[in-house]
Amino acid sequence: MLRALIFALAALTWLPAAAGAGPLQTLLQDHRAGIEAPSRRSVEAVLDALVASALPGVPLFLERWQDKGVALHAADGLFYYATPAGDGYALADIDSDAPAGTAPRGAITELRPNGGVRREIAGALVAFQLSAPEIGRRRAAVDAIARSTSADHLEPLRASIADEPDPGLRATKARLADLLAARFGATTAERVAAIEALGDDLSVDVRAVLNQILATTAGVAAKLPPEANIARQWRPGTADLPAEAAYARLVAAGLAPPVVGRDQIRAALAAHVAQGRVGGFAVAALNSDAARFAAYAALAETGAVAPTLTPEAQAAAVAAHVFFDEYREADAEVTDAARAALGAIEARVGAYQMADLALDALSLASIYFLAAIGLAITFGVMGVINMAHGEFIMMGAYTGYVVQRIVPDYTVSILLALPLAFAVTFAAGVAMERLVIRHLYHRPLETLLATFGLSIGLQQLAKTIFGTQARPLTSPAWLDGAWVLNDVVAISHIRIAIFVLALVFLGLILFILKRTRLGLEVRAVTQNPGMAGSLGINPDRINMLTFGLGSGIAGIAGVAIGLYAKVTSEMGADYIVQSFMTVVVGGVGNVWGTLAGAAMIGFVQKLIEWLNPSNTLAAQTYMILFIILFIQIRPKGIVALRGRAAGD
Amino acid sequence: MRRSLVATHPSVLWFLLALALVTLGVTGLAEAGLISTSFVKTLGKTLCLALVAVAMDVVWGYCGILSLGHLAFFGIGGYAIGMWLMYVRTEEIVAVSLAAEALPPTPQEIRDAIGTQIFGVVGSSDFPWIWSFADRAWLQFPMIVIVPGLLALVFGWLAFRSRVTGVYLSILTQAMTLALSLHLFQNDSGLRGNNGLSGLQNIPGLDGIGQDRISIWFFWASAAALAAGYVFFAWIVSGRMGSVIRAIRDDEARVRFLGYHVESYKLFVFTVTAMVAGLAGALYFPQAGIINPAEVAPIASVYLAVWVAIGGRGRLYGAVIGAVFVSLLSSWFTGGGAPSVSLGVYTIHWTEWWLVLLGLSFVAVTLFAPKGIGGLFDRIAPRPVADRQGDYGPDAGAWRREEGEP
Repeated sequence: MLRALIFALAALTWLPAAAGAGPLQTLLQDHRAGIEAPSRRSVEAVLDALVASALPGVPLFLERWQDKGVALHAADGLFYYATPAGDGYALADIDSDAPAGTAPRGAITELRPNGGVRREIAGALVAFQLSAPEIGRRRAAVDAIARSTSADHLEPLRASIADEPDPGLRATKARLADLLAARFGATTAERVAAIEALGDDLSVDVRAVLNQILATTAGVAAKLPPEANIARQWRPGTADLPAEAAYARLVAAGLAPPVVGRDQIRAALAAHVAQGRVGGFAVAALNSDAARFAAYAALAETGAVAPTLTPEAQAAAVAAHVFFDEYREADAEVTDAARAALGAIEARVGAYQMADLALDALSLASIYFLAAIGLAITFGVMGVINMAHGEFIMMGAYTGYVVQRIVPDYTVSILLALPLAFAVTFAAGVAMERLVIRHLYHRPLETLLATFGLSIGLQQLAKTIFGTQARPLTSPAWLDGAWVLNDVVAISHIRIAIFVLALVFLGLILFILKRTRLGLEVRAVTQNPGMAGSLGINPDRINMLTFGLGSGIAGIAGVAIGLYAKVTSEMGADYIVQSFMTVVVGGVGNVWGTLAGAAMIGFVQKLIEWLNPSNTLAAQTYMILFIILFIQIRPKGIVALRGRAAGD
Repeated sequence: MRRSLVATHPSVLWFLLALALVTLGVTGLAEAGLISTSFVKTLGKTLCLALVAVAMDVVWGYCGILSLGHLAFFGIGGYAIGMWLMYVRTEEIVAVSLAAEALPPTPQEIRDAIGTQIFGVVGSSDFPWIWSFADRAWLQFPMIVIVPGLLALVFGWLAFRSRVTGVYLSILTQAMTLALSLHLFQNDSGLRGNNGLSGLQNIPGLDGIGQDRISIWFFWASAAALAAGYVFFAWIVSGRMGSVIRAIRDDEARVRFLGYHVESYKLFVFTVTAMVAGLAGALYFPQAGIINPAEVAPIASVYLAVWVAIGGRGRLYGAVIGAVFVSLLSSWFTGGGAPSVSLGVYTIHWTEWWLVLLGLSFVAVTLFAPKGIGGLFDRIAPRPVADRQGDYGPDAGAWRREEGEP
């Protein structure tokens, strides 16, 4: 009676709150017992009721409940969200999450669901999130599941697939469900089906899951255990498992005594030295392994140290055991399916890696082509050796850098830098032709040396002006990022841009040389300056313009290369030998030859890098050796000129 | 009757006399304490550079092969001697530390300890196969000339037989040098990557003797090597073989049609000069104390060509003058010895501007003084010039006529 009275009083006191009790609070009050003292079994009914109510506040309640943030107020018997504040708690309404005053510590009881219950709650929560109306939350839930895979998520995930409105997310969910089923499926058939469904997916996490299923432990036993899921049996004494390694496995498994190694022999002998002698041997005589071994054997006979094992005994111990790898996964059908799926995936990954390598090689080839195309004109067409060509590349790159310092907008500055770099290096090339090279036509070795002198000077000049540290040339935002085909094949936008630039220049130079008046005169002057001069062409002017054109293109190449690599005063020197190689390998005097040379060098270098990864320096070394040998076979390059234009 | 070498080439005698005077003078000054040990070392190194410049002059100025790889052969010689110096020196250190152990070390333990000591910086402790001779001087010393010689032989054979000439050959030799230096830059090349070999100034067995004495000995050895190399090359370029070699430079095809096996001559010159370059390197790097792949980089070989061109091609003393003049000037400028020039708005620091000056003066020499510094001697004693008539060669526009004039 008294209790009822108190209850009524309390209800009166808290009337506003009780009267305003929302639908969720009401629902919770209906299942109060189950919430107050939940067990793993009883909580299911509560969760089912909460889920079935489809109230908007349910996910928040589940989250807080799981995080032990829900409390029961002793006075009014209502549930609140409670956060510790000062000595007591700050309360918030269950339905609206609006502040509802504070309560002293003793006035409320925190709900502390145990681990099993929390897992159930989490499962229900995931189901909620997976079918939340906002796609962002659904996606977040899927991501969370993918991050921390657990068997509990499989069922809610599967249940949510059918109702998923977004087709992309539905596919992701289905894939994730397969991934989970492959590992945690209830039956063998279910797991095998899931693994087979994954067989055409290339992503890293699929491969990780399959590898996880195929994880093995090294085993050794007297007989092959019949129930074990054996991945592989080893024959000791072969290259795969040398006898020493096999014996070491025995030792690790505790099936054989360890071998006394050199270090241990030395330590044991050193520990037993007495009056300059050990084991009957003078210490000074122990300067060979044989003497030490004998001394140790003598010592072992006295019982002072453990005896060593003879090689025969070791071999017998190895022969008496079988060595195998055992799958951690006991089900042979599952591992077979996983192995087959992984094999298929890896074959496809290999194919895509080849495609990726080819794309890489293509982009490397376009960089070499850009670096060498200017040289193809000055060296290939005019026959002038310009060792300062690399410095023109550097000059173009620094022009781009200076423009970027002045014009902050990256897109505008790149668009400005390209013609400006051309102008700067065109002027430098014309000046060089007028001042130096003009006097040295027909003396190629002298040209080589004089341009080398200029190259040394220009490099040092750049170092003096811009310092020794690398300067960045930032690409505009639309060139950031990469074109991702799948998890294996991706190519950055800058590389695509360089490829396009290389194509544009190929077309432009072919057009100038083959279709314009200037090109006609250039070809005439290079073939026979005297005759060209008699026909009214000014060879001096043509040589100057041609050299300027080749240099200007080097400047533009410099901007492109600067976007992809750092700008330093030595960047030109890095490309000069490769550029000459490109021209020589391709065939002097022919733009198509330069293209072929660049393509060959790019592809061969990538191939060497693929054969010997992690070592670009070695790849470059072998590349140069390859070129030296290639010139043995085709001294005139891939595209060799024939007839009178060849010059001999 | 054949006249003696000195009679046909009086410059040999003058050169030897000058070298002897310099050697005696430097020794006297060093004994008197007037020049520092480090300067004696610089002079000794300069003599080694002069030797490799003479070799370069023979291959370029006389035979017409502009090799951009001879300083790589020089570096290989340095690496060959450096391996022995480093091994034996480390062995001494290791022996001391292992003597403190309870048991005397086994040969394997000594070798392992040396390996750890030498290759610790590149994260390894095993001896690569190229070090197999490094512990025995009588096996390692021949490598100073054998390795560069063999490399030059193989490369030259490949290049000359496919008739690669002129600038193509230059670029190819440069590519070879680049490949070699890139290889040496790798940590797993077995030569300590870009750390190079160091501590080469410590000569094994000479612990009790100070660096001042050792530097003088090396100076003498360098002077003797330069003298011997000079006489050897003067002998090679004189006489009939010298004529053929110079003829190859002037018109290779014509010499071939006259029945000479051009490739053999070129291969011989290329290989012998490479071996001498290796020898010069073996004397240079113990004085420098350290060798790293940057010494082998292509640009170093270009500097060698620069010295020879500034000194004057086609005369051996020109190469010596060029190497000595430019390398001493270079160390004066880059060492901060040259006073800065103030232009009011800008001060020229020669450490920064020296290379610009060198590059420009090199262009100027190529354009205006193809004979280099050595050409000045022609004003004192004009060189006899063959009375050549008519066409100088097939290459229209070539300056051979102008170059052939006294």
